[in-house]
Amino acid sequence: MKDNAAFKSRFLPWLLLLPSLIILLVFIYFPAIQAFILSLYRSNLRLGTRQFVGFDNFVALFSGPFSDTYRQIILQSFVFSALVVIIGLSLSVVLATFASQKVRGARIYRLLLIWPFALSPAVAATIFLFLFNPEVGGVNMVLNSLFGIKPRWLDTPWLAFMLVVFAAVWKNLGYNIVFYLAALQNIPGEYAEAASIDGANVFQRFFRITLPMLSPMTFFLLFTNLTFSFFDAFGIIDIMTSGGPIGRPPLDNAGVSTIMMYQVFKEGIQAGRSGFAAALSLFILGIVIIITIFQFKFGSRNVQFGDN
Amino acid sequence: MKRQNSWIVHTVLIIGCVLVTFPIFFALIKATQARADILTPSLIPGTELLKNVQAVWFEASLWKFMRNSFIVALAVTIGKTFLSLLAGMALVYFRFPFKRFVFGFILLTLMMPTEVLLIPLFDLISQQPPQSWEAFYQWFLNPRKVLLEPSPFGFGWANTYWAIIVPFLASATGTFLFRQHFMAIPKSLADASRIDGATPLQFLSRVLIPMSWNTIGALAVIQFVYVWDQYLWPKVIIRREDYQVVQVGLNLIIGTGEGVQWGYVMAGAILTLIPPMLVFALLQEQFMRGFALSESK
Repeated sequence: MKDNAAFKSRFLPWLLLLPSLIILLVFIYFPAIQAFILSLYRSNLRLGTRQFVGFDNFVALFSGPFSDTYRQIILQSFVFSALVVIIGLSLSVVLATFASQKVRGARIYRLLLIWPFALSPAVAATIFLFLFNPEVGGVNMVLNSLFGIKPRWLDTPWLAFMLVVFAAVWKNLGYNIVFYLAALQNIPGEYAEAASIDGANVFQRFFRITLPMLSPMTFFLLFTNLTFSFFDAFGIIDIMTSGGPIGRPPLDNAGVSTIMMYQVFKEGIQAGRSGFAAALSLFILGIVIIITIFQFKFGSRNVQFGDN
Repeated sequence: MKRQNSWIVHTVLIIGCVLVTFPIFFALIKATQARADILTPSLIPGTELLKNVQAVWFEASLWKFMRNSFIVALAVTIGKTFLSLLAGMALVYFRFPFKRFVFGFILLTLMMPTEVLLIPLFDLISQQPPQSWEAFYQWFLNPRKVLLEPSPFGFGWANTYWAIIVPFLASATGTFLFRQHFMAIPKSLADASRIDGATPLQFLSRVLIPMSWNTIGALAVIQFVYVWDQYLWPKVIIRREDYQVVQVGLNLIIGTGEGVQWGYVMAGAILTLIPPMLVFALLQEQFMRGFALSESK
């Protein structure tokens, strides 16, 4: 393995690594093993019962009385993630590209666009909860005075789902734009100049030069945004909809805004069925591992970062 | 950019800026209004900001949530940055057996986000520790129990700061970031320090740390914002308001049912947003530079 080993000591490197290794071992590896063990049991914290059931919990995700619920939740999660990632990244790359043009006031635009970087899911959801409150929210008051309508945003299934997507996209815009702007700074201006001398228009320059040059960053953001939509979106969903409302058939087996992580919380923490929740967690873990392998495999090929 | 195109650029950027900032400005304006105006579409700033802030800060005990978040975010940011620095140094400046394995062991945790481990981590943190060493050995020396049954013991840390600090003190991302950064520093520098008689720890404090402020800054911003914004884990493991962090506390202020004081809540949301924004504003330059550095090599 490559290093700059300049010092010799037998114990010091271990001493330096020890705190990190212990914490990772105790708080990541040990729970990971426990997750697997827990998933082999049918437990109910409320009743204090626990019974070894082998792989029944995994089987129950895909067949049996609850499988409709889980199919709906898994499907919803994927649609939710896809929308959040695609809409979020497209909007941010366009805005970041425009904001890095040499126009008057570009600095101010950039500042306005990046300062929501630190926005949290909970704050985003809280503001949205008020904005879209059916009775006292600003949005409905405007809609009511203009068109005489007051949509029940969070009680109407498809509106609730889209609103949660919108809140999640909005929450991450600042974050994505910061990273895109950082990447755009590193793209030499000569390429765009050369292209425009050759007669390329704005769109050609964007699709043929900017976008390909940004692909390493897009790749990185693809994964951070996927993780965000899998896990951090929990806060948005919990505060705005608590997973609901129940949809119309065939989406009537679970709340339409229940993503997998929310179901883990409902099953494992609220209902106390830890075995089932652990099995679902491991299913999510499987997806995360597949995604990470993709990232490592294709990341090093298309993407310029990493050592060379 | 040609002249005739610049109005398109401005239009897109203005729409973008409105989209990105409107909800925050909306919250800010509502936080300044009197109770009568809050529930109207009026976007004229009022004069009640201080009153709303005071109400949410004292009556709704936002100060307590903010204090807790500060303690936790500072502890994790400092601890994590420091531990990653040490681990990164060990991986770059020393040769030792099983190094490849250790590096893999650290990197593999990137695939295991805490959220996926929610249920077992909850058990590990909330269950009580063994009564005695004897009880522990009895469990530990029984491979059937250790390998096949869920562990009956834990740290007994529910409703304490420990629960939201300690599990987050180590970081694969941080270790990796420092490793990359150190690899880019010419080896001759470390050799020179050694020849001049510096011990590894002196090299760390006098050469390495002063050369790493951008990376430290970048990592600190990422970590502070990450910890400050955390929601799921504190919500699950902290059930006593006295120890709750501000992200979950904000939701407690909304409460349930009718008669939400939206002016207070919006003031609370704005106050919650300020600390990570300040950290980002202060360290933005390091963040951009530290990130650009780690990306370009």
